[in-house]
Amino acid sequence: MSTAVKKEHKSARPERGGQATLVEAIRQGIWEEMERDPTVFVIGEDVGAYGGAFKVTDGLIDQFGKERVVDTPISEGAIVGAACGAALMGMRPVAEFQFIDFISAGFDLLTNYAAKCRYRWGAGIPAVFRGPCGSGVRSGPFHSLNAESFFLNTAGLKIVEPSTAYDAKGLIKAAIRDPDPVLFFEHKKLYRLPRLREELPSDDYIVEIGKARVARAGRDLSIITFGAPVLTALDAAEELEKEGLDVEVIDLRTLAPLDKAAILASVKKTSRAILLHESSRTGGIGGEIAALIAEEAFEWLDAPVIRVASIDTPVPYSPPLEDYYLPQTKDVVDAARKLAAY
Amino acid sequence: MRVSTKYAPRKAVDGQPLSCSTETTLNAEQHLDLYRYLKLTRLVEERLVNLYRQTKVVGGVFRSLGQEATAVGTAYALQPQDFITPLIRDLGAVLVKGIRPREIFAQYMAKAWGPSGGKDLNIHFGDMQKGFIGPISHLGDMIPVMTGILLGARMQKKKFVAVAYIGDGGMSTGAFHEGLNFAAVQRLPLIVVAEHNHYAYSTPTSLQTAVRDLAEKAAGYGIPSHIVDGNDVVACYEVTKQAADYARRGGGAVLIEAKTYRRKGHAEHDDQRYVGEGEIEWWEKNNDPLDRYERYLLECNHATKEKLEEIDATVLREIDEDCAWAESSPMPEGEQAAYGVFENTIVPPAFRPKVLEN
Repeated sequence: MSTAVKKEHKSARPERGGQATLVEAIRQGIWEEMERDPTVFVIGEDVGAYGGAFKVTDGLIDQFGKERVVDTPISEGAIVGAACGAALMGMRPVAEFQFIDFISAGFDLLTNYAAKCRYRWGAGIPAVFRGPCGSGVRSGPFHSLNAESFFLNTAGLKIVEPSTAYDAKGLIKAAIRDPDPVLFFEHKKLYRLPRLREELPSDDYIVEIGKARVARAGRDLSIITFGAPVLTALDAAEELEKEGLDVEVIDLRTLAPLDKAAILASVKKTSRAILLHESSRTGGIGGEIAALIAEEAFEWLDAPVIRVASIDTPVPYSPPLEDYYLPQTKDVVDAARKLAAY
Repeated sequence: MRVSTKYAPRKAVDGQPLSCSTETTLNAEQHLDLYRYLKLTRLVEERLVNLYRQTKVVGGVFRSLGQEATAVGTAYALQPQDFITPLIRDLGAVLVKGIRPREIFAQYMAKAWGPSGGKDLNIHFGDMQKGFIGPISHLGDMIPVMTGILLGARMQKKKFVAVAYIGDGGMSTGAFHEGLNFAAVQRLPLIVVAEHNHYAYSTPTSLQTAVRDLAEKAAGYGIPSHIVDGNDVVACYEVTKQAADYARRGGGAVLIEAKTYRRKGHAEHDDQRYVGEGEIEWWEKNNDPLDRYERYLLECNHATKEKLEEIDATVLREIDEDCAWAESSPMPEGEQAAYGVFENTIVPPAFRPKVLEN
């Protein structure tokens, strides 16, 4: 007869600030908001005792109890719907999709209920819908999605995706405090990337939603991007610097509402733009930004606006296939050289 | 879990016309109140049809003719702090929760003074103070939303129960299943009233589900269920009161199937070509919820004919006043369309790029 031994596992409260990876930054942000505001709660699949598939909610249940860390059935419709209802009651839910791919199962309630409630009868839904997105981690067609394009055409949803630990913490806190629904996408490749580990301030701070960031200042060409491709762009910029090309990298951070002023300021400065994203090219945010530049900065351009994005296929599993699918540093460098010589 | 059939429809005895359940806790005042709401519901809808024919209603008009007792009786069993989320055919429940006819008229006519300021239709709005969460067109979605209302309330230590309405059609959606399953797991005090009115648009219930009674579905969620005669307003009241007591005591979710019949089409434009010969007429003649309740009130001496006529006159006066108010409202200014997507923001006129302004 065997005796079941329950593993003694209690995750400590995260440091307030200090050295943190992107995943730790998000966990800090949620934890601090739950301490600050009793209406903040977490809801999702396996977010309780297990701490979430990527451990973003690790330890929360020990600290805040199962009333504020709600494990749900495998039921994205229930997660989104319940988050909406609780938000109407004045709560501030932080709902987790185990992988952002599963947001499709909550699409109806997100786009029809959460997004339209304030517009229809003035009732805001102050809820955060977050989860791991992104490809490049050999996870195949159902665990690699970048979902922003599905939602950009829906009025009423804010969309955020950080690429640094500092921004991740500041933006998750801003998202939780926001009076409207925020989709918060976390690139899973960045979660524990040592390169992104940085010292976070110990004081309470937020990063304003709707503001892009200059990740690298430059004069000759703008790469406008967000999420994991920010790193691709920075790598490309470093390589291009050796050739005498001074590249600016704009990290959008918020995809809706888009920081048009920051995009236009950069393009007017450099007169050349590459739009880089991981989701498929057709219908991606790059097309929207290209149109914006064409409408409002046409006279400043010295070269065509170029999209560097993934090919129009599902995300394939095998490494050579996925590498072919995704835009690589080399693709960005090649595009930049061509634009510079145009 | 057993399906309770205590309040299920009964066959007429010896050809006697149908009345209502006589076993009731309703007092004299409540009896008359119920009559007022039934009449108000029917007459507000009749006025809406008039406005529609005068082309004053911008969208469609959705009737609950012949099934008013379900909405009125179930909602009337609730307490002021309780919540409802109705379907389009539950105007009666909305009125019971204290929404005024003027708000309904203004909504249907897409007027600026309507609760949504012309941004949405009919009963697609809400009033948190009155415990009314309007539906959206996507059937089933309101079940998980109401589950969330109750989850939030529990976290805030607020005590109330909620009724979410669904139909024989809406029960086929995934959202219905996901919402009720979660409410059942969490033991939330959610009462789902499933209105079996025989048609979802034109589709008969036999093409929606293989169960005989919708109440059977409760077994799949581990919750109790009742079948009620949806055209007996007293039975609807009593069964909901019992369900609400059970939910309030911490029992969790309950399913009530109300057997009723939709005598009008999906909306006013629907010619009901899919309905069998004589079916509508049979229900109109033999099983009209208002006729039944009136007969019951008179037979049991809860009211006199004069008293009911007096109520009718009051109801008509209210409708006249409220309709005039709604008609006097202006239409919204076009640019109001750009407001209210997010808090304190206006959407820029993106369809007019700057380059065209010079």
